[in-house]
Amino acid sequence: MTLISAPPLRERRIKAALKHTGLLIFVAFMIYPLVWMVVSAFKPADQILTDPGLIPKDLTLDNFKDGWHALNRPFSVFFLNSLLVTLGSIVGNLFSCSLTAYALARLQFRMRKVYFAITLASVMLPFHVLVIPQYIFFSQFDLVNTYWPLLIPKFLATDAFFVFLMVQFIRTLPRELDRAAWIDGAGPFLTFWYVVLPLMRPALVTTTIFTFIWTWNDFFVPLIYLTRTQVFTVPVALNSMVDSETQTGVGMLFAMSLLSLLPILVFFAFAQKYLIRGIATTGLK
Amino acid sequence: MLTDREPAVEQPAGPKRKRPAFHLNRQGRAAHIFLIPWQLGFLLITAVPLFASLYLAFTDYDILNPPEWSGLENFRRMVHDDQFWASVKVTLVYVVVSVPLQLGFALLLALVLDRGLSGLAFYRSAFYLPSLLGTSVAIAILWREIFGDAGLINKGLAVIGIDGESWLQNPRTALATLIILNVWTFGSPMVIFLAGLRQIPDELYEAAKVDGAGVWRQFTHVTVPLLTPIIFFNLILQTIGAFQTFTQAHIISGGTGGPANSTLFYTLYVYQQGFVAFDMGYASALAWVLMAVIGLVTALHFVASKYWVFYGDN
Repeated sequence: MTLISAPPLRERRIKAALKHTGLLIFVAFMIYPLVWMVVSAFKPADQILTDPGLIPKDLTLDNFKDGWHALNRPFSVFFLNSLLVTLGSIVGNLFSCSLTAYALARLQFRMRKVYFAITLASVMLPFHVLVIPQYIFFSQFDLVNTYWPLLIPKFLATDAFFVFLMVQFIRTLPRELDRAAWIDGAGPFLTFWYVVLPLMRPALVTTTIFTFIWTWNDFFVPLIYLTRTQVFTVPVALNSMVDSETQTGVGMLFAMSLLSLLPILVFFAFAQKYLIRGIATTGLK
Repeated sequence: MLTDREPAVEQPAGPKRKRPAFHLNRQGRAAHIFLIPWQLGFLLITAVPLFASLYLAFTDYDILNPPEWSGLENFRRMVHDDQFWASVKVTLVYVVVSVPLQLGFALLLALVLDRGLSGLAFYRSAFYLPSLLGTSVAIAILWREIFGDAGLINKGLAVIGIDGESWLQNPRTALATLIILNVWTFGSPMVIFLAGLRQIPDELYEAAKVDGAGVWRQFTHVTVPLLTPIIFFNLILQTIGAFQTFTQAHIISGGTGGPANSTLFYTLYVYQQGFVAFDMGYASALAWVLMAVIGLVTALHFVASKYWVFYGDN
């Protein structure tokens, strides 16, 4: 029924082929830096900058071996530190944000609207305006160089964006489910735990993914609170390698950088579908 | 589970009618328990620090000695502080140049990928990947090497006979490298654009075609108007993000904001004043100026949006 006749098949095929060619060139151009870093990490250190090509003449693991011990502690320490902080943040966000979101979305109490408005407003608040008093606060309790300043906020639902995300999600769940649970005699706690929380899985998955990526990548907060090498997370350790670049060299930096991205790349491979959906619906990065 | 078997419709709000007061009280009490973490967090991590930093903005405070009230001194100091103005300029140039470029790329690629192109999942992932990694220290390190003296870019330029100097040591080009890095992460707004494009009904394009509209007119008369809420959303998000850029600037300049303050991002300056010089009063004042500017810019966006954002319901 189309009034405008479609272009002939051959013409469309040629068009599509041209489009794909253009796109693939663009992809190659965009991904080149990443591939270059991967390849360079396996090149002998002196060939990285003299030979920018992607096919290495010699392959070596020296960059990884040397980089692993470039700071006065093995990199495994930093990976474990990062892992601890990341897992702690995920648990904290899932716990505190889901509790808060359930109360805001489903329970009746006087300050509900005010609390929700505050949550929305604090999404916009730039972190820099809070960080100095927070630093003073935590340092008064002698918590600098511990992970408490990184973890406590997560257990107190301060990542308001996730609260918002979960509230919006809970609102899409039919209220009849809660009511049925109430009629069966379940109180708010049992209803939350057995009815709402299991249904919230997509929102919980999105929160987990983004908490993982943000915390793993986070540089500013650990930079401020962690000054002793033994408590460094991976990004801060990389930063201190940069500071001593003359001794460490590009090869080691690339090797350790690559390792630092690996968890995210693996995560991306597995969680890609949820990740894309999460960003398409919420704008999280 | 029990709840599955018993549809609530059969006994609508039965217990509620019997003991409504208890019901509500119980919810209220439960809410207060559910909200303990949030209330503590709001108080200790947000509200108190917010007022504390407002107070500190009017003091002279070095952490070791108690804060000393200095009135508007910190703000007066800004007026004569060359580094402050340098950081304002760097940040504004960055926001004004990189955000539109990034969104432009995002929209262009979203349009190319939309509608009937095979391999969408592959392209989307490939373009999105930089967004995912872009703010990491590792990528900032990579950028340092790409744009460094003997980096990829100069090697590439050498091939076509241009003798490139170091991009990062030249005050005129250092900021450009950071802008390129931000544009490179256009994947995340692109994914949002793609989701928005999918919402536009095919019938509208069909109708436009029937009316004789070509590709360009379809774009300007159907796609753009219906996409304005998404464009607005991306614009707000990326602008706020760009104002707060820190990691890349810190790594690429080794924390100095150099050469010649050309990468002295505002947040980097706040960090330097607060956590390197331990001039916490001045840093607080700077942070409040940042918050005011972000608030103002966001508000202006909202006001301006009345004239160009088209929502289906009005």
